[in-house]
Amino acid sequence: MRQDTKMPPDSGANSAVEAPPKSPSHPAGAELSVAGVEHSFGQLRTLERIDLEVDPHTVLGLVGPSGCGKSTLLELVCGLRDPDAGTIAVGAVGDAAGRLARSAFMPQRDLLLPWYSALDNAALALRNHGAGKAAARRQAAALFERFGLAGFEGSAPNELSGGMRQRVAFLRTLLAGKPLLALDEPFAALDAITRAEMQEWLAGALGEDPRTVVLVTHDVEEALYLSDRVAILSARPARIVAELRAPDPRAADRDAAVTDPAFVAVREEAMKALHEGSR
Amino acid sequence: MKRWLYPTLLLAALIGLWQVLADTGALADVFNIESFLVPSPSEVASALWDNRTLIVENGWVTLKEILLGFGCALVAGLAFAVCLHLSETLRTAFYPLLVGSQAIPILVFAPVLIVLFGYGIGPKLMIVAIICFFPITVNALDGLRSVDADAVKMMRTLDASRWQTFQRVEAPTALPYVFSGAKISIAVAVIGVVFAEWAGSSSGGLGWLVFQYNNNLRSAEVFATAFVLAVMAMALFGLLALAERRVVTWR
Repeated sequence: MRQDTKMPPDSGANSAVEAPPKSPSHPAGAELSVAGVEHSFGQLRTLERIDLEVDPHTVLGLVGPSGCGKSTLLELVCGLRDPDAGTIAVGAVGDAAGRLARSAFMPQRDLLLPWYSALDNAALALRNHGAGKAAARRQAAALFERFGLAGFEGSAPNELSGGMRQRVAFLRTLLAGKPLLALDEPFAALDAITRAEMQEWLAGALGEDPRTVVLVTHDVEEALYLSDRVAILSARPARIVAELRAPDPRAADRDAAVTDPAFVAVREEAMKALHEGSR
Repeated sequence: MKRWLYPTLLLAALIGLWQVLADTGALADVFNIESFLVPSPSEVASALWDNRTLIVENGWVTLKEILLGFGCALVAGLAFAVCLHLSETLRTAFYPLLVGSQAIPILVFAPVLIVLFGYGIGPKLMIVAIICFFPITVNALDGLRSVDADAVKMMRTLDASRWQTFQRVEAPTALPYVFSGAKISIAVAVIGVVFAEWAGSSSGGLGWLVFQYNNNLRSAEVFATAFVLAVMAMALFGLLALAERRVVTWR
């Protein structure tokens, strides 16, 4: 489903897509490049010179204090908004419509539609792409077992637990078939135990089906466990105060991974950067 | 069980009490009027039976006026609400007027419409349609406006077209509001149709029939016809409520 995004931007091979102006700072290999992005809501400055790069099939964590503009950055990446300055390219395509076509957004709230069953919610993108009801259901149902949702295909969203709802929402995002997944605090609404389970589950799911992911969270531990790299954002207007490499991304045993001395050391570093950035 | 039993018992007791008070002439004494003006429930029932052909014929006229008027209002109201939802310019222009118009007792224009459009079924339909139009439009528009902006964003990143977003997110969100508007409308439609038939009718209808009986001091028949109108109103409302429960299963 992915287009060949490794093509050098100037090769002309992408001529089928209207070539947007690209900044030379966008390396051809990155799935997502953000360069010098600024954004404000009227007088309120939200983002200040953001530079980011995410390689294919890696996870970038974005951590920052509440209200710092993390979600805005995610909406910019997905093509739901345009930046005031700077460029964003997803798979070397820079215009908003192109970014929208290449990324799927999983909102903070699961936003399952109450008039559809769990299965129909998961299959929403397939239906939008023109698949018939039966075909879309078949394709989505094939993944229900793996997502621990077997037997709940026909359930209404309000009959599912918080963790299950979140898994249906993730499946819906995954089935959009986009190269880039933008997850906005996907587990923020869950209790601590369910959240830890879901993190372990997501780590496993990404191991089986690798995607390029931008994960916004306010939970440093979650970011360092699930991501390859974590960017720490400052308070508004957000800028990147630190970029850290996670010691053991998506380890099979979450509890062991997060108590490992190397993990704890990076977490301390991240917390320090977060505190300094919040001042 | 008790949900039905107690109200039924209460209703039966009230009817029984009315029967006794009417038979003994106590009610007429209280109001200081002739006793033939205060019919008992049994007299109303026999008036209903004796005049069944007339009542059914005129009931059919009234029902037709309500259903056609309501149907026109539903189609026009939903279409107008969707237009206003899609165009911000239209919405800013029309919405305050729509809400303001809710405060106008539109019934007072019934005689004007009769003068303008004559005495056939047309003006009655129009009055019913106008009365029903506003609650349907305002409620449908409020429903469409209440759509979760994040859900629309989500649909955009799931490659939904404008129509798909409308069909899968906006329309289902608005549906319970549309039913509320329709239920309000059908209740006022019955009031409207009676008034319209009073204001000018050569085409009959229960409103016209009540008027005729009233002029002839046939109070048992007045009660019987009013009873049929009340049952009609409740049945229409009940049908809509039933449809809502069948369609809006997620609430």
